[in-house]
Amino acid sequence: MKGLHREIALLAIIVAIALAVGVRAPVFLTWHNALDIANDSAILAILVMGQMLVLLTRGVDLSAASNLALTGMLCALAGRAMPQLGVVPLLLLAVAIGTLLGLVNGWLITTFELPPIVVTLGTLSAYRGAIFVASQGAWISDHQIHPAIKGLPREQWLGLPALVWIAAVVVVAMAVFLRWRREGRELYALGGNPHAAAYVGIPLRRRLLLVYAVSGALAGLAGLLWVGRYAIAFTELAAGYELTVIAACVIGGVSIGGGIGSVAGAVLGVLFIGVVNGALPVIQVSPFWQQAIAGVVILVSVALNAGAQRRSGRQILERREVAA
Amino acid sequence: MTNAFAMWERLLLALLVLLLAGFGLGIDGFMTPYALADSTFNFSEKGLLALAMALLIVAGEIDLSIAATLSLCSLAMGLAMKAGAGLPLMLLAAFATGAACGALNGWLVTAWRLPSIVVTIGSLSLYRGIALVALGDQAITGYPEALSVLGNGYLGDLVGLPWLIVPIEFAILLLMAVVVGTLLHRTVVGRRLYAIGANPVASRFSGIEVDRHRFALFVFAGLMAALAAVLLTGRIGSTRPNIALGWELDAVTMVILGGVAIEGGRGSIIGVLLATLLLGLFTFALGMANVSGIVMAMIVGVLLIVSMVLPRLLRGPRVLL
Repeated sequence: MKGLHREIALLAIIVAIALAVGVRAPVFLTWHNALDIANDSAILAILVMGQMLVLLTRGVDLSAASNLALTGMLCALAGRAMPQLGVVPLLLLAVAIGTLLGLVNGWLITTFELPPIVVTLGTLSAYRGAIFVASQGAWISDHQIHPAIKGLPREQWLGLPALVWIAAVVVVAMAVFLRWRREGRELYALGGNPHAAAYVGIPLRRRLLLVYAVSGALAGLAGLLWVGRYAIAFTELAAGYELTVIAACVIGGVSIGGGIGSVAGAVLGVLFIGVVNGALPVIQVSPFWQQAIAGVVILVSVALNAGAQRRSGRQILERREVAA
Repeated sequence: MTNAFAMWERLLLALLVLLLAGFGLGIDGFMTPYALADSTFNFSEKGLLALAMALLIVAGEIDLSIAATLSLCSLAMGLAMKAGAGLPLMLLAAFATGAACGALNGWLVTAWRLPSIVVTIGSLSLYRGIALVALGDQAITGYPEALSVLGNGYLGDLVGLPWLIVPIEFAILLLMAVVVGTLLHRTVVGRRLYAIGANPVASRFSGIEVDRHRFALFVFAGLMAALAAVLLTGRIGSTRPNIALGWELDAVTMVILGGVAIEGGRGSIIGVLLATLLLGLFTFALGMANVSGIVMAMIVGVLLIVSMVLPRLLRGPRVLL
């Protein structure tokens, strides 16, 4: 119930921002602009779904953006080398590479019991460097990118861009998985209390592997779409984007401490970032402000999250500590 | 347990000797005093960040905004200079900014009971964002000569002993390592930091002011970032919004490679210093061998993972949970 309140409040804030900007610049409230924002947010939404799964299990996947860029580059190279490939093999290739890179994270984390933050910090650099090795530092520019890769994000199905459709499918699948599948429910249990989850027979190792594999697969998918949408692949592609992904999760109420978070909230977090980033140029604020605003929003929303969780009495010991 | 630390540090030392011997034989001009002295410029500022990061991680916290704080401190120096301030005031501006940034992190972590990793991801974005807003695509240049000497000069020239070719930056790093090492290994405060990192709740119940220590550590990290900002700004002679971009990850890598446990409560400053030297010399040697920076980053990333996997393999299998 409290979660629902939070999501309604976040929705209200997003609508308020959109209306306020719309009053100053009516062009902001047009269908065309809404589609632009949805298109810009689609890739972020796909990444956020994967990151959210990881966060639910008390982990974090800092390598998501590097995975995206490496997969994107490898697909671009494959497309250049084999022009006869269609859309479907390329999509499968992207998801397969992404899954593999995600499994490397999951394997290191589960086999050696390493903290996810440090493992993915390491693979963040390692995957990024691998792009340079694979491409020899060269840029794959517009005319060298396989037409199927470029064409996919530009498709329109039933009046909506393909990117939005793909993101919608991912979001709905994730919502069903987390709400109605046993494995999905077990992730909440695992994040809420790993020890208890182990005692009731949830296979921690398998679930963690699954989570990092899915996060990797979605990052790989996002990589193919990213390269297609911007029609370029290079070493620094999407560098630092993992922080935006985590920011969207945190704004959407997904707890870094694990076990708390909903698909609806995460999607609203994505929309919030999309609307703010879309609004800045419209009201003629320098885009240099984006990062500072994102920072303030992250700080405020974690503070609000923590406040809500404290009231529900989850951290009894720590509260006593304050009183003492 | 003490044995295990000593083993890790001996391993690092052995690697360092191997690295010096290997590159010394393999790369012409590597084993000359001047090349070795110059190599320290590349990692002295990062080493300062790593020292502060080591204290934080030992105490179970982390500061990912440390490099962004550095950029704000450099910005503060630049703005102070543009406003006509002299060198002392510029330094004051840098250190005040660092302390303020650290204090904001510390306040959010202690007063609001937020996990430091989220707080500092947020403040990383905020601090770097402020630097971006203030500078845009511009740079501040024209820093006084004294700063450049501080960043590029040698200790020997300063005290009139030309044979002493130790860069001032490196001397400061060693001095700070001794200070931080003494604090962590030879004082009550240091013992308390280990206790806090191992079990904050038990520490609080045994009378340690956990939050006060945490807060002080974040302010200290801000001050170290300011010191690094002064040196780096002096060395490169300009302030850009992307100054020291991504250095927080390098600092964390140095700390983890140095044998500090990411979950807190274990580690030593000697290890961190050895890891700093190891990584610094390694990247310098690769640079001399014309390896590109991004490939070095990849090797460093792999090293980070290997340095965590190795001790677990050596320790043998453990029961899950």
